Amino acid sequence: MKRVPIARILVSIFFVGLLLTPFAVRKLSGRDASARTKLDASAALANHGFYLTEVSHAAGIDFVHQGPTLDPKLADIMPEVASMGASVSIVDFDRDGWPDIYVTNSAEGSKNHLYRNMHDGTFKDVAEQLGIADVNKAGTGVSMGAVWGDYDNDGYEDLFLIKWGRPELFHNDHGHGFTRVSDKAGLPPWINANTAVWFDYDGDGLLDLFVGGYYPEDVDLWHLKSTRMMPNSFEYANNGGRKYLFHNLGNGKFEEVSAKVGIKSRRWALAAAAADLRGTGHPDLFVANDYGVSELYLNDGKRFHEAGSQSGVGFAPKSGMNVAFGDIFNQGRYAVYVSNISEDGVLIQGNNLWVPKEGTKGSGIKYENLARAMGVELGGWSFGAQFGDLNNDGTLDLYLTNGYVSLDRKKSYWYDFTKISGGNSLIIDDAKNWPAMDGRSLSGYQQKHVWLNDGAGKFVDVAQAVGVTDTYDGRAVALADLWNRGVLDVIVANQRGPLLLYKNTVAPGEQWIEFQLEGTKSNRSAIGAQVALSWNGQKQIQEVSGGSGFSAQNDRRLHFGLGKNPQIESAVIRWPSGKVQTLHDLVPGRLYKIEEPK
Amino acid sequence: MSQSAITTPMPPNNGIQWKKMLSMDNRFMPPLFITLILLVGNVSFGILESYEKTLLAIVTSIVAELILGRIFLHKWPHLASAYITGISVGILLRSPLFWPYVLCSLLAITSKYVLRINGRHIWNPSNFGISAMLFLAAESVATLSIQWGNNLGAMLVIWILGSVIIWRLRRFHICAVYVVSFVALAFVRTWITGDPLLSEISPVTGPEYQLFIFFMITDPKTTVRSKKGQCIVAFMVALVEMLLRLDQSVYAPFYALFMVGPIALLIEMWLNSRRLPSSVSATFNTNIVNP
Repeated sequence: MKRVPIARILVSIFFVGLLLTPFAVRKLSGRDASARTKLDASAALANHGFYLTEVSHAAGIDFVHQGPTLDPKLADIMPEVASMGASVSIVDFDRDGWPDIYVTNSAEGSKNHLYRNMHDGTFKDVAEQLGIADVNKAGTGVSMGAVWGDYDNDGYEDLFLIKWGRPELFHNDHGHGFTRVSDKAGLPPWINANTAVWFDYDGDGLLDLFVGGYYPEDVDLWHLKSTRMMPNSFEYANNGGRKYLFHNLGNGKFEEVSAKVGIKSRRWALAAAAADLRGTGHPDLFVANDYGVSELYLNDGKRFHEAGSQSGVGFAPKSGMNVAFGDIFNQGRYAVYVSNISEDGVLIQGNNLWVPKEGTKGSGIKYENLARAMGVELGGWSFGAQFGDLNNDGTLDLYLTNGYVSLDRKKSYWYDFTKISGGNSLIIDDAKNWPAMDGRSLSGYQQKHVWLNDGAGKFVDVAQAVGVTDTYDGRAVALADLWNRGVLDVIVANQRGPLLLYKNTVAPGEQWIEFQLEGTKSNRSAIGAQVALSWNGQKQIQEVSGGSGFSAQNDRRLHFGLGKNPQIESAVIRWPSGKVQTLHDLVPGRLYKIEEPK
Repeated sequence: MSQSAITTPMPPNNGIQWKKMLSMDNRFMPPLFITLILLVGNVSFGILESYEKTLLAIVTSIVAELILGRIFLHKWPHLASAYITGISVGILLRSPLFWPYVLCSLLAITSKYVLRINGRHIWNPSNFGISAMLFLAAESVATLSIQWGNNLGAMLVIWILGSVIIWRLRRFHICAVYVVSFVALAFVRTWITGDPLLSEISPVTGPEYQLFIFFMITDPKTTVRSKKGQCIVAFMVALVEMLLRLDQSVYAPFYALFMVGPIALLIEMWLNSRRLPSSVSATFNTNIVNP
């Protein structure tokens, strides 16, 4: 019998150990354990400081989104190409001090809904009577999202409707109705967009509007001239819709100035948001693109300079679907969360959490992706996400929804998807080359993520434990203190699914403070106004936003969780006009309504 | 992925050819080519998960090769093979985590020393490592899904450059047979599934296949010796891949090579043993022979 050397035996054992390593890692990481747990409210309060209860039906909302049905030439892949349109935006359209909810529908002939807050825990749809329901008529395209901003500074939030089709601007007639002013405003006849942002880029006190095109604007998705309308690459597509920056002229008219101010791109924009990322007093614009890199437009007050590659956020191409800003370290600087795609064993792009690098600032700002290090990288086929302090402990948490196409649970389209996605542009960009979906799912039925910020550099997913158990195809997430209770509730719009209202219950003793800002010299919506709140030796900044996340807009009121026994030192408001206002003697548990000093 | 520090005795008539092929120029050509792909791909298009992860895979491969080579060969092995394995793992494997790069490289290199029959390792190291990771750790890894930009230019440059190098290494026929077979079988798949023909051809136009074709199926150490045999094996890889594709296997090419490669080698060994009865026994090799 041949003698087997000891070294060979040891190496063979080592080799078997290597093969067993993935099982051990899986065991240690707990991925084998059942992910679903039943909500135990008292345990959730004790362990995480809050829980969420889905109350849409009890609140009088039984809205189910209807997806678009596009040109029959796309029938084979219709679930995929018609996979967006569910959106939610929060607005107090009638200035009664209670947040209302606007949701879009996307089937031709379907109606959008404006849910008025009835102050008693319920909502009532008033879109029809106010004239902003029937906006998806055949031939005009369908809704993809909505953002609200007071473009004429009359005190009432006006509505810009994002569409695959004719974009619409509705003037808010003092909360009693809406008047369509799209033509007067000078909007183009057709844009296939999924994102828009109100912001005052030039600081003239008037809100301007950025609109990011997805499909090219000369494509009528209901009457295709050609099936060559898909992206020409999964990573470097440059055949998408153009970008628009509508400069508010102050007389109800807008001038399109994108090229003039340096915004030229034909990437496939899916999400955008603006904030003063560098402390310059000018809002910068961050655009997350599908099928490509993100873009960061640095604003010098007059022009934009695209700095995606140089800053680090625009180098590795992914499938950007979300832009949300949050001061996650309470250090007075914004991190940017961009969602992408991850599917076990097939495609692991990972979401990005862009954090400014220490020591970089101004036009030399650089970002590093800390998503993996902080535990918010893998979120499935991720869509909308928002930062907010869900348990009022003083640090910003992150709510992420996901799931692309949920059809047959047992059949997946991923194989065919990878077949086409790895190929050359000449093949990809023609829809007729795409295999039929045949009722199969594509990253469907995914579990959502509610990541709690532990304040020490880690986020922990507690979704199941705090009651977020839905598996709809989530698109938009918005946060608002819907019932003026000092907590952030979560509203989620699902593609071809119900609108969900997650009512928040926070453990007693966790304090909060809110600010409702109104500009005078600045735009009246105070979009771009920043509050730096200092308490207990720490400082957190938040900024009023004219649209963030994916097809979403949070409540304009700023909500700060403070934790237990907070000692508030000050709140410094930097208005878009440049004015700085410092507030002292603030007490927790109150909503402060602040008007910009004249 | 290919060149190994460990070689086995070869029939005398093949010796000159192999010696020529493994001359200094040719030996360094694949490492240089794959390094070029990596650098150009990453600088132009950001193909890498990160430089750190690729570096980790390369260092792990090289260290493992050094240690195992020292133990079994009693001398420091040539590192071209380990370098290619590491760089292949670094490019082809996608994971947000670091440990899969270490594990995959270790699996690849260790497999060369453990899974041996008659002095030959029977799996292409990186094919073994990547297939094992995809099969065992699907929740943590994927493979390269990125493209070389959205135009034909980069793709053509790599095809032409790769073809020239592979031609010089006298293995172009393997690539040619595989590509022709893949395209021909795409017609069969279209006929069976009803999917558009171009969607069936599409995968072979991507960079994952370029690496697969130029660096995996042409591996001198894990392919059969005769030219005719190599052509048959290349066709069989494409055929098995087709069957896997009909079963909607995302990683069909890797799994096909994983299955076909060793079987082909075993058959070749069996045929050789019939001709040379003295070397019949097919057991785990304990006598590793230096080049």
